[in-house]
Amino acid sequence: MINSESHITVHDLTMAYGSFVVQRNLTFTINRGDIFIIMGGSGCGKSTLMRHMIGLQKPAAGEIIIDKLNFWNAEVRERETMMRNFGILYQSGALWSSMTLAENISLPLEEYTDLSSNDIKEIISLKLALVGLSGFEDYYPSEISGGMQKRAGLARAMALDPEILFFDEPSAGLDPISAKLLDDLILELRDSLGATVVIVTHELASIFAIGNNSVFLDSDTKTMIAVGDPNKLLAESDNPKVQNFLTRGKIHYEQTS
Amino acid sequence: MTNQCEIKFTKLDKEKLLLTLSGNWKLDNNIPDASVIEEKILSFSGIGYLEFITTDVAEWDSGILTFLIKINEWCSKNNIKMETGGLPQGVQRLLALASAVAEREGARRQFVREPILSQIGSGTINFVHSTIEILNFFGEVSVAFMRLLRGKARFRRSDFLLILQDCGINALPIVSLICLLVGLILAFIAAIQLMMFGAQIYIASLVGIGMIRVLGAVMAGIIMAGRTSASFAAQIGTMEVNEEIDALKTTGISPIEFLVLPRVIALVLMMPLLCIFADLMGVLGGFIVGVGMLDIGITEYYNMTVDSVGINNFLIGIFQSCVFGVLVALAGCLRGMQCKRSASAVGDAATSAVVTGIISIVIATAIITILCNVLGI
Ligand SMILES: Nc1ncnc2c1ncn2[C@@H]1O[C@H](COP(=O)(O)OP(=O)(O)OP(=O)(O)O)[C@@H](O)[C@H]1O
Ligand SMILES: [Mg+2]
Repeated sequence: MINSESHITVHDLTMAYGSFVVQRNLTFTINRGDIFIIMGGSGCGKSTLMRHMIGLQKPAAGEIIIDKLNFWNAEVRERETMMRNFGILYQSGALWSSMTLAENISLPLEEYTDLSSNDIKEIISLKLALVGLSGFEDYYPSEISGGMQKRAGLARAMALDPEILFFDEPSAGLDPISAKLLDDLILELRDSLGATVVIVTHELASIFAIGNNSVFLDSDTKTMIAVGDPNKLLAESDNPKVQNFLTRGKIHYEQTS
Repeated sequence: MTNQCEIKFTKLDKEKLLLTLSGNWKLDNNIPDASVIEEKILSFSGIGYLEFITTDVAEWDSGILTFLIKINEWCSKNNIKMETGGLPQGVQRLLALASAVAEREGARRQFVREPILSQIGSGTINFVHSTIEILNFFGEVSVAFMRLLRGKARFRRSDFLLILQDCGINALPIVSLICLLVGLILAFIAAIQLMMFGAQIYIASLVGIGMIRVLGAVMAGIIMAGRTSASFAAQIGTMEVNEEIDALKTTGISPIEFLVLPRVIALVLMMPLLCIFADLMGVLGGFIVGVGMLDIGITEYYNMTVDSVGINNFLIGIFQSCVFGVLVALAGCLRGMQCKRSASAVGDAATSAVVTGIISIVIATAIITILCNVLGI
C-alpha cells in the first residue's frame, strides 16, 4: 500500500429507508489512495451506501468520518465544503439534460474556480478526451448513447480534480475495451492526482485488476461479511458467499454437480 | 391422443401416489386448478410421496411451471415429498432455477388493512407533515431570494430567458383566446338581463370591472396553473427521477436557487403582463357584443368603460396576478421537488401541481376580495 493514512472511516453504520433496514453494523476504513470496491449482490444496498458517503442520505445510526471530520454531525456549510472535494458518477449518469456536455462539465468549474472561459474550454476538451468523447462538446445528453452518457458523467465527476471519486457501476453499459480503458484511467487518476476512489462494481475483471481494498455487503444477513483486498479475499476467505461471488459461482456449481 | 390437459392418479403403494400428466400443458389450455388437485391428493389419505410421469405431455410452457410450483409449496406445507424425477428435463431445470434464489425476507410487501381510526390518524399526521413541508419550501425559496438580492445566488441566464419565453409570449395565444371568450360570454348573459330594463350600456361597466378587477387575473392564473405549473412539475420531477437533482446537490448547487428561483421570478414578471393582456381581451369581448349586437356606440362604450373601471380596480387586478404568479410557480416547483423516483410519479406531480395551483388561486382570490371589502377599496 502506498500510504496508509485513513481517509474515510465508516463506523457502525446502519442504513434504512423508513423502517426497512437495508444494512446494519458496517465498519470499515478507506485509506488515502485506495481504490475501494463496494461489492455484493443486486439490491443489497451498494448505491445506498454510496448515497450515505456523498451526503445525500442521513445514516439511521453510526457515523462516517472523512478527513477526521464527522461528516454527518458537521454543520451544513462545513459538509458542503467537504462535498466540494467529491467527484461523483451516478448509476444513471445523471447528466443535466437541459445542458450540453460542455455546459455540464463547466458548471462546477464556473461555480468553484475563477478560470477564464478559455481555460474552462480547454479543461472541458481535456476531460472529454480522457473519457474518449472528444468533439462531443455541443451534444445534449439525450443525443448520445447510454455508455457515452456514463463516460460523460465520468468527465463531469473529474472536472474539479477531486480528492475522492465515487463511481456507481462505471463500467455497466461499456464494451470490454472501453471498460479496460476506464480501469486504466481510474488507476491513472489515483496515481497522478493521489485521489481516493470508491467504486461500486460487479465487474470481476476490474475488481481484481484495480481494487486494493473492498467491502462485501450481504443482503440476507443485512450486513458486511468480508472486508479487505479482493485478491486476498479470493485466496483466503472461507465464506462461501464471497467465494461464490468472486468466482462467478464456480464453487457453487462444483459443489452441487 | 387429445390435447386436453389431463391428470390421472394411481396409488402405487401405501404412501406413494403417481400422477400421470398428458396433453398440452399450456397457459391457454385450461390447466387444472392446483387446489382441485390438492383436494384429490388428500382424498387418498396417508400420501407421503408424489411422483410424476409426463411422457404423454406433448407441449408445455410457464403454465405447467406455475402449476407445479403451487403443488410443490402445498406439498412442503403438508409434509409430502415431491419427486421431480419424472418431469421433462427442461421443467426440472427451470424449477431448480426458480428456487435457486430464496425469497428475500421482508422483501415482499404486505398490505394490511388499517382500521378506520388509525387511517384518520395517519391522514391527520400526513396533512400536518405536508403543511410543514410547504411552509419549509416557502421558507427556503425566500432565503434563496434574499441570497439573490445580495448577489450570492445564481442560475443560468439562458435557462431564465427560456422560461421567460415559455411562460410569457408562448402563453399569449391561449390566454387571449380564453379571455376574449369569457368577455363575450359575460356580456351575453348580462345583455339578456339588462335589456329588460333598457340598461344595455351597463354591460360596459359590468364586463370592464369584472374582467379588470378579478376575472382577467384569475383566468390568466388558472390557465398558467394548467399550462406552466404542470410543466414545471414535470421538468423538475424528471430531473429528480434521473438523479439530476442529486447531482446538483452534491456539486454544491442549491436546486432551489438553480431551478426554483428562475421559474418563480419569470412567472412573477410575466403574470402582470399576461393579466393586462387578458383584461384587454376580455373588454374586447364585451365590446364586440355591446357594439355589434346591442347597438351601443363605440365612443359611448369606451367612455362608459373608462369611467366605471378606475385605476383602483386595475391595480387590484395586477396585484392579484403577481400573487397568482408566485403561487402557481411555487405549486409547480414544490410538487416537482417532492416527486418520487418513477415515471408515474412525474405524472402525479404534474396533476398535483395543477390542483394545488388552482386551489391556492381560489383561496387567494377569496382572501384578497374580503380584504378589499374590509379596507373599502
Ligand atoms: N427510495 C427507496 N425507498 C425504499 N427502499 C429503497 C429505495 N431505494 C432503494 N431501496 C431498497 O434498498 C435496497 C438497496 O438498494 P440499492 O439501490 O442500494 O441497491 P444496489 O446494491 O445498488 O443494487 P444494484 O446493484 O442493483 O444497483 C433495495 O432492496 C431496495 O429495495
Ligand atoms: Mg446500485
